[in-house]
Amino acid sequence: MNSKGHLRKIKDRIKIGLTGSAVLLILAILAVILGTVIIGGYKSISWEFLTQPPKEGMTKGGIFPAIFGMVFSLLMMLIAVVPVGVATAVYLHEYARPDFILTKLIRGAVNNLAGVPSIVFGLFGLGFFIQFIGGSLDRSLGQSGLFGQPCILWASLTLALMNLPMIIVATEEALRAVPQAERAGALALGATKWQTIQNVVLPQAIPGILTGVVLVVSRGAGEVAPIMFTGAAYYLPYLPKLPTDQFMTLGYHIFVMTTQSPDIDATMPIAMGATLVLLALTFSLNIIAIIIRSRTRSQLRKGR
Amino acid sequence: MSLKKTRFKYLGESLIEGNIKITAILAIIAVFLIFFFILRESLPIFFNGEVQQEITFGKFFQGIQWQPVSDHPRFSLWPIIMGSLKVTMIALVFAVPVAIGAALYSSEFAGRRLKEFIKPVVELLAGIPSVVLGFFALIIMASFLKNIFGWTYRLNAVNAGIALGFAIIPAIYSLAEDALNAVPKSFREAALGLGATPWQTAVKVVLPAALPGVSAAVLFGMGRAVGETMVVLMAAGNAPLFSLNPLESTRTMTATIAAELGEVVFGSGHYHALFFIGLTLFTVTFVINLISWALFDGLMSKLYGAKK
Repeated sequence: MNSKGHLRKIKDRIKIGLTGSAVLLILAILAVILGTVIIGGYKSISWEFLTQPPKEGMTKGGIFPAIFGMVFSLLMMLIAVVPVGVATAVYLHEYARPDFILTKLIRGAVNNLAGVPSIVFGLFGLGFFIQFIGGSLDRSLGQSGLFGQPCILWASLTLALMNLPMIIVATEEALRAVPQAERAGALALGATKWQTIQNVVLPQAIPGILTGVVLVVSRGAGEVAPIMFTGAAYYLPYLPKLPTDQFMTLGYHIFVMTTQSPDIDATMPIAMGATLVLLALTFSLNIIAIIIRSRTRSQLRKGR
Repeated sequence: MSLKKTRFKYLGESLIEGNIKITAILAIIAVFLIFFFILRESLPIFFNGEVQQEITFGKFFQGIQWQPVSDHPRFSLWPIIMGSLKVTMIALVFAVPVAIGAALYSSEFAGRRLKEFIKPVVELLAGIPSVVLGFFALIIMASFLKNIFGWTYRLNAVNAGIALGFAIIPAIYSLAEDALNAVPKSFREAALGLGATPWQTAVKVVLPAALPGVSAAVLFGMGRAVGETMVVLMAAGNAPLFSLNPLESTRTMTATIAAELGEVVFGSGHYHALFFIGLTLFTVTFVINLISWALFDGLMSKLYGAKK
């Protein structure tokens, strides 16, 4: 009996160890991806690499236009997605009644938006932004090929739409963390609802909103499928100046260099370096988000 | 405060509230627009005579060849449906045990500090862009696996499926962990009190209690896998073969759109066919996600009811 119990204990330990090894496997996957990209790419990274355009059919030179285009499109995406996302979260958490049909519809729509495949966003961007909106704008302005073609504007709006749920979820989580008593206090002192939101609730939610912004930038930087047909270009000999220009961007540039290059061996060091830059960027953004979040959580714990 | 000023204040308030409400409704409009525009570009296949000379709904299911650009274009969806299914299944076979195992470990056996370490690690994996995962699978993993197992083709469904597994592990993990954590403490205390070991408690009490949520997590991961584009576009080899063999090159529905939309003639049968594939993807992921939320919500309201 006693040895049977002992055996069971050992068996249990092994089984628990197996679930623990799943955690180790996740850690290993992360380490291997990071490790191989760092080892393969660090030699390519230099000041010239980051500040020069590609040369000789992408076999020499750097990735500056791709970094520039990425920053350009991400800034435009933020201008679109942050106000809309924060306002939607404020509506859902501060104004809407949870059991209203409209509230449920908005929540359902946000959930649905989060589940739409990224390539479908690309199709939508092409069908709606470029052909419908862009085409109509061109016709009414008597132009051709100004708005009705792929460009930064449409790519950024497609990315914004895709990332909307992320900002909404992050903001709502931040709003939920603001104690109800603070709202009641402000309202009792005679503040209106909007004054309360503007001066009491939102300032406290800023770290949470910032987490959302950081995550959205990270995700936007790495997304390729939605922008392939809405604005990103294989190669451009000049930097984009206007939102109606096409642009190069890091993620798409990596894809092009690894899959469309006529001389894969010559482009590989550049592709590795570009992948390292993108991975370093998304990684540090994610770490920043994790730090902000854990800080706010521990502050919350102290506050209680 | 004068009455006039107060009235202004309330007018301002309702203006602001109205604006915020309209902004929030944008989310509903967006989903509607996505569906409408993908549908609009698919409809000529059913109603436009000129397009129907090239492609009809019936042709999607005739034969087993997807060859849209040729003298006799063929539009059979079977090879790419098969490709999507194959790669998705391989991804799930790999990702589900890992994600659920890790979720079980972190919710049932790990201490608080370890728990607080595991979560960010999974978030970091989730933060790796899919184009980087595709790059890794295409350049590094494919050669590695080919050398170890002596495969004929570097790029195949297994290679893509494993990389796709990397992409969906975090999604499955976080939903499954939420479901396990929602199981009330009293369940565990009761089982342990009756003499069950921690393992028995985890597997025979907590896991069954959270089962709808764990199934929701698996479905959620499946939706992600079906819709993921860059990983499969880069790592699966992209030949639209109709074959069950997981070690042959394969092409998914998402990769077909990504690979062909750039060169397609606007308004051609091929163009509308690609939108129809998009419509199918939209519908399939929508249904999968809907079932997943229903399961998860049902579990949450049941468990939070049980707590009281």
